[in-house]
Amino acid sequence: MISLWDSIAALASDPNLRWITLGCMLLGLSSGMIGCFAYLRRQSLMGDTIAHTALPGICVAFLLTGVKSLPVFMLGAVAAGILGTLAIRVITARSRIKADAAMGIVLSSFFGIGIVLLTMIQHSGDGSQSGLDKFLFGQAAAMVASDVSLMGGVSLVLAVVCALLFKEFKLLAFDPAFAKGAGFSVSLLDFLMQALVVTAVVAGIQAVGVVLVAALLITPAVSARFWTERLGRMVVLSGIFGMASGLLGAWISSQAHQLPTGPVSVLAAAAVFLVSVLFGSKRGLLTVRLTRRRARLNLQQASASSVKEAG
Amino acid sequence: MTEAKHFRLDGLINAAADGLKSSMKNGVRPSVLEVNGLSTAYRSQTVLRDVSFAAPEGELIAIVGPNGAGKSTLIKTVLGLTPSLEGSVTAFGRPISQVRTRIGYVPQRESVDWDFPTHALDVVMMGRYGRLGWFRRPGRKEKAIAMECLAGVGMEAFAERQISQLSGGQQQRVFLARALAQDADLYFMDEPFAGVDAATEKAIVELLRRLRSEGKTVIVVHHDLATVPDYFDSVLLLNVSVQAFGPTAEVFTEANLQRTYGGRMAFAAAAAGAARGAEL
Repeated sequence: MISLWDSIAALASDPNLRWITLGCMLLGLSSGMIGCFAYLRRQSLMGDTIAHTALPGICVAFLLTGVKSLPVFMLGAVAAGILGTLAIRVITARSRIKADAAMGIVLSSFFGIGIVLLTMIQHSGDGSQSGLDKFLFGQAAAMVASDVSLMGGVSLVLAVVCALLFKEFKLLAFDPAFAKGAGFSVSLLDFLMQALVVTAVVAGIQAVGVVLVAALLITPAVSARFWTERLGRMVVLSGIFGMASGLLGAWISSQAHQLPTGPVSVLAAAAVFLVSVLFGSKRGLLTVRLTRRRARLNLQQASASSVKEAG
Repeated sequence: MTEAKHFRLDGLINAAADGLKSSMKNGVRPSVLEVNGLSTAYRSQTVLRDVSFAAPEGELIAIVGPNGAGKSTLIKTVLGLTPSLEGSVTAFGRPISQVRTRIGYVPQRESVDWDFPTHALDVVMMGRYGRLGWFRRPGRKEKAIAMECLAGVGMEAFAERQISQLSGGQQQRVFLARALAQDADLYFMDEPFAGVDAATEKAIVELLRRLRSEGKTVIVVHHDLATVPDYFDSVLLLNVSVQAFGPTAEVFTEANLQRTYGGRMAFAAAAAGAARGAEL
């Protein structure tokens, strides 16, 4: 059993682990920020769909090139992610199928293809060495330095873009028709937002895995909503929650070697969510209950004093 | 009666004649908005057919018609928010896309999620985003303008209020303040009077009159036939195609309303009667 102190000491002394943890924190930061806009636009599940559609892309990239290289896998994942989003768009535009059903269909069929390909690769000669199975649930500790810099760098760019276009994304999320009327290209903004989501998902695939990477988009954003009624603060808070999840995920999973990073990060995010639901200062259950109680007391006092006046 | 015959013809010639007629009547009053032969469809259903009209400057103009007549669609198509099949739109003599900062828009209140994490002042500041353009953040100046616009609709006390905690009428006023912040010359408002209380209705009417006195043109999708003669200078009767367009006193007649409202003639007649009563 590793003591808490030992693991903190390991985090502080192991430069490799420090680097990986920093990368995961940056990933959590950008995912948390972008996730706010996806959540407010009711596109929370888009990230999950893109992540699952990325798996066959990674497998095909490996089958075509035969090399295990993160940039190559990322390209495959982006291509498949774009294909998946296009498929959803075509389905919703050309048929009467609604977006949620379209996402369900695209997510499951792409993921099915991905699992079939993955199994084939695992059972082939050199495929078992590919480490592709790690892409399902993520293994941050297994990342090499160049992979970590790629993930961290991409995440940082995403966070900066999100901050620069804060005003535009806010308008897009709140009132796209007005945005268009005011002269902003809504289709360009929509594309940019979609690109940010795809990139955030793909950046996190190796560290957190395709199955759960979308949780970093959704959970911190929803948690942050319980603490504030201002979008700016919500984005900052969600970024911090994402960072904390990334930190805990990378750190805990590196200490217990059998634990994949994705589930640990997601559990950390879920813990933040639970605390937010219960104690969130704006919409938490406790706050709501206290506010109602105060209102009831005020009401009773008011009626008591009016009775006194009448008497 | 010639009015009715006149508008049974559709198309460009009609619009040209109409434009000529109204400019003759008003002296030389240029039109700020010219819509020519605008048509659009939802799937295979025609929503607007060959709509043409020229909005005279400095007037309050109502778009009136039954449900499904394409009133909101007309506004959205004119603004380029939804695609048109045919036709052209110019404002201030230029394509809409080139004069966006001179055009203000008040969408239907239900079109946005009022649970969005923001407050009234912030929504009003969005009216400045178009002028700010890409990347530039609103600053002290934008905040001051937004505050002024909130005061213009009697909402300055609610600046910091979360928007979900505003009443329907207050939300509508916030939307109007946002349009004021756009500081436009031509406004489009999609049912600003829908579901508001009497106080807000009065505030909106005062606002419309103030805009008119500043020489601005306001085109309003309106539902309440009884108030049309009182509130609006011109009226566009719409039912997929233009049924009549012109000064309210001439065009807002029982015959035109019956034609516009089709099967609901009794209702239309009663409304026109009420309207005449209001005028007298």
